[in-house]
Amino acid sequence: MTNASSSQAGGKPEIVTLERVTKRFPGIVANNAVDLSIRAGEVHVLLGENGAGKSTLIGMLSGLQQPSEGRILVDGVPTPITSPRQALALGIGTVFQHMMLVPTLTVAENLLLGGPWWQRPKSEELATRVAEISRTLGITVNLHAKVSDLSLGEQQQVEILRALLRNSRLLILDESTSMLTPKGIDDLGALMRRLVEQGLAIVFITHKLKEAAAFGDRISVLKLGRKVGEISPQRLRARSENEIIVEIVELMFGRKENDPEEQDRVARAFPVETTPLLEVRDLAVPATATAPGLASISFDIRPGELLGIAGIDGNGQKQLAEALAGQLATSGGMVRLAGESLNGLGVGERREKGLRYLTDDRLGEGTVGTFPVSINFFLKQIGTSPFWRKGVEQRQEIDRRAGELVREYDVRTPSIKTPIGRLSGGNIQKILIARELAEGVKAVVFNKPTYGLDLANTLATRQRVREVAARGMAVLLISTDLEELLSMCDRIAVMSGGALVGTVENSGDARTKVGRLMIGLAA
Amino acid sequence: MSVETTPASATALEPSLPEGGRGDLVRRLVMTLGPILAALVIAGCILLAVGVNPLTYYGFVIERGLLSPLGVQQTLTRMAPLLFLAAGLIVAFRAGMWNLGGDGQFLLGAVSAAAAGPFLVQFLPVWLALVCAFLLATAVAMLWSLLPALLRAYQGVNEIITTLMMTFLGTSLANVLVKLAFLDPSTTVPQTRTLPVEDRLPRLFDTTISSGLVLGLVAIVAVHLMMTRTAFGLKLQVVGANPRAAVHSGLGVPTLTIAVFAISAGLAGLAGAVDILGVQGNVRADWNPAYAMAVIPMVFLARMNGFAAIGFVFLLSVLSIGGESAARRLGVPHHFTLVLVSIVLIMLAVAEYIDHHFIKTRRV
Repeated sequence: MTNASSSQAGGKPEIVTLERVTKRFPGIVANNAVDLSIRAGEVHVLLGENGAGKSTLIGMLSGLQQPSEGRILVDGVPTPITSPRQALALGIGTVFQHMMLVPTLTVAENLLLGGPWWQRPKSEELATRVAEISRTLGITVNLHAKVSDLSLGEQQQVEILRALLRNSRLLILDESTSMLTPKGIDDLGALMRRLVEQGLAIVFITHKLKEAAAFGDRISVLKLGRKVGEISPQRLRARSENEIIVEIVELMFGRKENDPEEQDRVARAFPVETTPLLEVRDLAVPATATAPGLASISFDIRPGELLGIAGIDGNGQKQLAEALAGQLATSGGMVRLAGESLNGLGVGERREKGLRYLTDDRLGEGTVGTFPVSINFFLKQIGTSPFWRKGVEQRQEIDRRAGELVREYDVRTPSIKTPIGRLSGGNIQKILIARELAEGVKAVVFNKPTYGLDLANTLATRQRVREVAARGMAVLLISTDLEELLSMCDRIAVMSGGALVGTVENSGDARTKVGRLMIGLAA
Repeated sequence: MSVETTPASATALEPSLPEGGRGDLVRRLVMTLGPILAALVIAGCILLAVGVNPLTYYGFVIERGLLSPLGVQQTLTRMAPLLFLAAGLIVAFRAGMWNLGGDGQFLLGAVSAAAAGPFLVQFLPVWLALVCAFLLATAVAMLWSLLPALLRAYQGVNEIITTLMMTFLGTSLANVLVKLAFLDPSTTVPQTRTLPVEDRLPRLFDTTISSGLVLGLVAIVAVHLMMTRTAFGLKLQVVGANPRAAVHSGLGVPTLTIAVFAISAGLAGLAGAVDILGVQGNVRADWNPAYAMAVIPMVFLARMNGFAAIGFVFLLSVLSIGGESAARRLGVPHHFTLVLVSIVLIMLAVAEYIDHHFIKTRRV
């Protein structure tokens, strides 16, 4: 074993090591040759946006999935983790993003679940062990409380407790702060600190930079399935929180090596007096329990202009797209397309007027997976001529046009009758683009159009987006990929906390300016 | 098919079906008929266990339900209300809405028709009186579905529970109406006034088959064509297969939801009316044939296809007419028909599971 030297290098013993772990799904490489060492006594933060491959990595550590290539070492010995049960036996405990407790049972009953069915639940033993663990950790757990009466933070403590009761040496916390209040987050941070002091290893998954910088001993940054950087404990200690955040942003959004499209685009000059095609003024959406709202969003897009929306995922980008498309009720503001107000119009009417929305949730809402390709092309035009006459389906007309679109957009499908759910992401995206660019288009909102696509489809999709702008449409391009925005847009607006915090002309130092805006500094 | 509340897998569009060609058709036939045969064997074992020769029982069922002239006429007449109910269920199930309140809607439709029919024939031409009775039955049943529809459309309340609760209320209300409001004063039996035989729906040719059969066939074929060939039907299928895609595509989901409930309940009400105006002539107190519950499995067996549903409704009709007669002669409870149907359903789920497993292992 060669890792004896590497474990000495870090000073602390490695519990689990990933060596060049790759995980492929049909059409997607979720993890690409990831190296990771998880050491006792360290909070190892895995940082990355949605789709960066964090969940897949956790799936492999907790035994839910098997790597396609590479190997996982436990205590320096290559060990396949074939099931969640085995992961537990190896001392790897996972606290998933969504609570896995039975709400109608008490805390004690939940903790006793999973014992052998032929034994009486060992309640007394549980009580002593829980008392011991909670004393050392400084938490209080009421064993007789019903889980549904506990706050989310308390439920999380119970889950952590459960993992400890099973003698976990490695605790994986998957997006554990997403449901917590700020106070709950601080408590969790303190709890993690005490746990690592007792010699546990913790893998803490998050996409929030501040938490990573505040709680981590070691930070690994994942991007599109690849590990793009690691910040060691020495570096973390030596720098201030803000410096670390800047460094992480550099890793997450910095220039990719050998990008095939590496060229910063020069912003085209649009005469100031050009009438905007799409005008948005003071758009507002109330926040809900699970999603941020929007506050006074204003921008203009002129004909042929590409406006990018940059920002870390989950800062209201989806809400903005849905509010524009009419899917989300707004609480104020105005949207005007070619001088005509769209206020009060529904999804269908807005589409009719020429405002199109390419959703980022292709399978969830963009398509009906069991329906054939041909029908999915016209899902937003059901009942319109020439595909339906007097409400009756004209199958020949539908099939003819679908065949044309398949050729025109180069969709690779066995047949237009194939259920769309069987196609790859890239081909589904081509169908959705064809649907949104159908006759009468004036402005298009592209929400993460290349998300999850392979390189060839990414390039083809970007080319489509450019063509749309070249034809004189207004384009709003929402993306979390800064490279993409820099290579395509005329201007880039940065979104944070449901508001536009600044807009930058895409020229020269746009990268730096956008990066500064994204972490909350003035451009 | 497995009875689950997510209908996405069940409502693949028609064009996607014939993909596998002939081999696929053969497989589907085996998948449908195999479980039925297996169920007949298992039900036969149960009959043996209670001391009845299964061959005698099945013989009676076939002879009385299918072969004897009188039996087959009864079977065909019985199909009329079942076809209407199946049509209503197809609309609802394909749109992903589980209207389990068919029995309440059926009975309220029946009582409305039984109240209006004998009353209206006194002043109106018979055909007009019948049309009015049909319309009233439809309207009342639709109204009865409005509450579950509104709750589902605007509050997202699970319609399985609300429609089932409404069916209990509806059954009781129908009873109350028979005993209090529309009681026939001229008989001692608690029942509504009777529509004279000559004023009922005409019989077909020289048989005892009610022309309601024709109406039922028209209804189910019309519903099938509506669901598979029209824009409205496609919209309902989108709502059923992926409600989020429906919102994304700009469909008015709440309005469509209410429309689905109205159509489904209206057809159930028509089923009640066709049974009263064609066969029964009146509603007796405490009468509840529970046809809707018996039809639900048939619609599943037919995989929500209208034409297949006609076949399965015929089968159910044979079983229930033949089963009633066999029950009288052999002392088997006539609910044994339902036992048979439920065994078929369980076998079908097992077959589905085996098929699924088989496909998975073949792909690997």
